[in-house]
Amino acid sequence: MSQELRTNGIVQDEPLLWEKGRKGRDGYSMPLRDVEKASIDESLLGDGPDFPDLSEVDVVRHYTRLSQWNFGVDTGMYPLGSCTMKYNPKINEKLSSYIGLTRSHPLLPAHLSQGTLRLLYELESYLCEITGMDAVSLQPAAGAHGELAGMLIFHAYHKSKGKKRNKILIPDTAHGTNPASASLCGFQAVVVKSSEKGILSHETVAELMDEDTAGIMVTNPNTLGLFEKNIRKIADIVHEKGGLVYADGANMNAVMGIVQMGKIGVDVMHLNLHKTFSTPHGGGGPGAGPVCVKKELEKFLPVPRIRKVKDAYALVENIPESIGKLHTFYGNFSVLVRAYCYILSMGPEGLKAVSQHAVLNANYIKEKLKDHFHIPYDRPCMHECVFTDKFQEKHHVSTLDIAKRMIDYGIHPPTIYFPLVVHGAMMIEPPETESKEEIDRLIAVLKIIAKEAEDNPEIVRNAPQFARMRRLDEVTAARKPVLIG
Amino acid sequence: MKEINELILPNDLFYTEAHEWAKTEKNSVKIGITDYAQDQLGDIVFVELPQVGDTFEKGSVFGSLESVKAVSEIYMPVSGKVTAINTALADSPELVNQDPYAAWIIEISPTDLSETDTLMKKDAYLKQLKG
Repeated sequence: MSQELRTNGIVQDEPLLWEKGRKGRDGYSMPLRDVEKASIDESLLGDGPDFPDLSEVDVVRHYTRLSQWNFGVDTGMYPLGSCTMKYNPKINEKLSSYIGLTRSHPLLPAHLSQGTLRLLYELESYLCEITGMDAVSLQPAAGAHGELAGMLIFHAYHKSKGKKRNKILIPDTAHGTNPASASLCGFQAVVVKSSEKGILSHETVAELMDEDTAGIMVTNPNTLGLFEKNIRKIADIVHEKGGLVYADGANMNAVMGIVQMGKIGVDVMHLNLHKTFSTPHGGGGPGAGPVCVKKELEKFLPVPRIRKVKDAYALVENIPESIGKLHTFYGNFSVLVRAYCYILSMGPEGLKAVSQHAVLNANYIKEKLKDHFHIPYDRPCMHECVFTDKFQEKHHVSTLDIAKRMIDYGIHPPTIYFPLVVHGAMMIEPPETESKEEIDRLIAVLKIIAKEAEDNPEIVRNAPQFARMRRLDEVTAARKPVLIG
Repeated sequence: MKEINELILPNDLFYTEAHEWAKTEKNSVKIGITDYAQDQLGDIVFVELPQVGDTFEKGSVFGSLESVKAVSEIYMPVSGKVTAINTALADSPELVNQDPYAAWIIEISPTDLSETDTLMKKDAYLKQLKG
């Protein structure tokens, strides 16, 4: 049977659109021409793109079939460490699709956009309350964009003090986006080694911090799922030398309503609304990465800012020390509506419970699996826990094999081989939206895989067996990528 | 993955804690990564090289290796100026996996050849690997 005719139950295989196309087919009827034919300038003529000829039904079936292969938070647990793949409540979708919001044109003058401006203004104030910071810009479109905003603010701050600084401290557990954002901004990243406890020691920071260093970028809790408990001392050391403290809020889901970032010495931070605040993530985006600052840095925030004067809201553009515009209009508005809706649905106690449950989930998994998978830092963790393949190595089973085998049991693999400081890392983040039954299932599956690694390692090394595709040749794909159809 | 006793570690090379090797020739030093490093990285899919003429201090990053797992930085065993880069690695990064000692990455003119005194010989490196 040919590849095209084969099916796997009701999950249909699907060729590329280029293979489906047949010359002369189309999915659109041009309207009758009601003007005279005109000739086109020769210089504008040429061969069209190499697109296949397809009918409407070809295209609709193609994408509908592909969508059936999809895996997302609506399908099952998605324990991707440091990504907070929580369920996205449907009420967010319902409210953000209200016609008054979807049809509000961004070029309407402020006096005709009072409702949308009020929503943004209130969201800013909620984020201030949650983080303990003083001012927010909702413009950045993603976490790394928020980091870039933060680094531009660092730069603007030091410039305002009359001295350019060239370096920035970044822990060895940081997300790769941290040094990338800093270097995009012209800073040289200086790596700070974590201690044997998996966290930063203030002594190490004190050794590296100097008057040419703009500050430090800290993720708290860090990517090992551990709280940087020396943060207050570290912030004091950095401030003493005239530097600023940046907090990467990627892991905020662990500490909402528990840690006030503004009080532990943080000057600038970003939040990922698509992680902590339940807006769609990954392919379902776009994201939003608001940047939050302390009072003395407010003047550097991107423009426009929203101001409330008496009972009216206005957009203010004329702020001379602002780092400028980071996004068209006011960021990814419909994402902001979803986060606003989430915050109001949960309320302060609900948000605190989110963090408590997320931390409880991760510690439950850590305790249940610690005899089956090696834990590099065996201490109470925050919202995620990191295991390694150390116990499985002797059976020649690696973290990659374990991750692939999880697919056979219908669970999305966790983040693997990150953080880089842990050899063979498996980083599991079970968000608060997962029930005990779901989490127990993940634990049961990982216990089975640990047993298989001992008794029948071949089956783990050859996984996945039941997925639509077997293991892909990632090496050839990376070395010789085919980027066209 | 290889067991430690399966690793190839030539006697005539210097080794670093970060798993680079350095081979001294008349007025130059060739630099690459060890068998242990290539084995740990797995299939290398991209090699980022510096430019001829760049100078680097001992211990600073001069390039990176990308495998399916991760991107790893490569550090200078000794200070010096880059005199040649192994351009074959641009199209065939797998050469590093096939023979990490034939697949040198850069050749440098060292600032101070006595810096090699701070590097490890085979026995010390092997001891580090055994932990």
